[in-house]
Amino acid sequence: MQEFEAIVIGASSGGIEALSVLLPAFRPELQGTVFVVVHLPRQRPSLLADVVAHRCALHVREAQDKEPIERGTLYVAPPDYHLLIDEGPQIALSIDEPINFSRPSIDALFESAADVYGDRLLGIILSGANEDGAGGLAAVRRRGGTAFVQDPNEAGCPIMIAAALKRTPDAQVLNLEKMRHRLAMLGTRPTTHAKD
Amino acid sequence: MDESDDAFDTDLELLVDAIHAKYHYDFRHYSRVSLKRRLKTALSRLGYDSVAALGDRVLRDRTAFGTLLDFLTVHVSEMFRDPGYFRSLREAVIPVLRTYPSLKVWIAGCSTGEEAYSFAILLREEGLLARTLIYATDINSSALSAAEAGVYAADRIAGFTESHRLSGGHTSLADYYTAAYGKAVFDRSLRENIVFSDHSLATDSVFAEVHLVSCRNVLIYFDRQLQDRALGLFSDSLCRKGYLGIGARESLRFSAHHGAFAEVSRSDRIYQKRDAA
Repeated sequence: MQEFEAIVIGASSGGIEALSVLLPAFRPELQGTVFVVVHLPRQRPSLLADVVAHRCALHVREAQDKEPIERGTLYVAPPDYHLLIDEGPQIALSIDEPINFSRPSIDALFESAADVYGDRLLGIILSGANEDGAGGLAAVRRRGGTAFVQDPNEAGCPIMIAAALKRTPDAQVLNLEKMRHRLAMLGTRPTTHAKD
Repeated sequence: MDESDDAFDTDLELLVDAIHAKYHYDFRHYSRVSLKRRLKTALSRLGYDSVAALGDRVLRDRTAFGTLLDFLTVHVSEMFRDPGYFRSLREAVIPVLRTYPSLKVWIAGCSTGEEAYSFAILLREEGLLARTLIYATDINSSALSAAEAGVYAADRIAGFTESHRLSGGHTSLADYYTAAYGKAVFDRSLRENIVFSDHSLATDSVFAEVHLVSCRNVLIYFDRQLQDRALGLFSDSLCRKGYLGIGARESLRFSAHHGAFAEVSRSDRIYQKRDAA
């Protein structure tokens, strides 16, 4: 499978279960960087990075503003901030208005990542009960990136996936088992060099 | 990157330069990704189909520029946002501030004033407001007018009240405002010790020696170079062993001024200026 410089993942209701299947698939040799937005109740202390960390071979941390982006690392959006990818590339946070009632917003991450990474980006939409991420996944495809969505038939909540598929009909629909295998192949091609 | 996106980026740079030349507002070192998102929002809400069309208008019409400025600069904050920050200030910083006969506090990038009123209430609860001068500064004059008015939508008050309680507030927030017609009007007496003023972290310099700077979720909109400029201003403004508070997910770690500050509370992002070596 093609190596990606970055992988962006958006999940909402029912998405934690899907993430717990997918995240252990990443190899520590992954050449790219993973960014994850999950909608959570906003005042809850952010345990997501801790929950994710012991299921994942990558370095897992909550994103901080202006942090240089490292390969083989998974960055989680902090609660109540938008996680954006800025030129550099580097991480930028924002407290601009919620988008689709969401902060962090999947659209904001995906759109900003699409601008920076273009066709070297993989976008993944998982289970969720709103329409955040549909515009973002369309932006990923428009810039030549690759789009995966979880098979809506097995998702805890298929609304977010259906909305994404409506805007991006050519997204690859994969059940978690297949998606896990695809992700596990990343980092196995030693000669590939991502563009700096 | 397709052509239209390239054109957008080029037009954005041209507009930023033209705004600087004409109005002396300097967005050249704002975080590109946030600026771009805000400009896109402005285009769609104001009904322009290109940055060039918007630029034509705002460079000839000061009022239209003011409208654009609101989109580019205003961020909505909350009273006692991140209650743990205010609780840490009460526990670790207020006892030291209490030892000074008079105090100056700078709220940098105060926007519509929520943080400035939070500080005024906290300082009154701690018995320090009467001897404190709070400078609340921003580059957006319409945000400053709103801040000065101190009127907030009543439906935001429940959240403010809860955050105030969690911040360790030992009075009732209701003591500080009057609710009427869906609005909450904050007590004028809180404002007697606040100076609301126009100040740009990008272009202006130090204006006072202060004991505490609070600048939260403002630096995230700047690039590293401008962050360093702002942090340099804070460092120069602070008295010996003065305090600096930044946003919950902001960091000094990537800044040139990293070494100038010691951590007071890592989790709440409160720092103290070190003595020069």
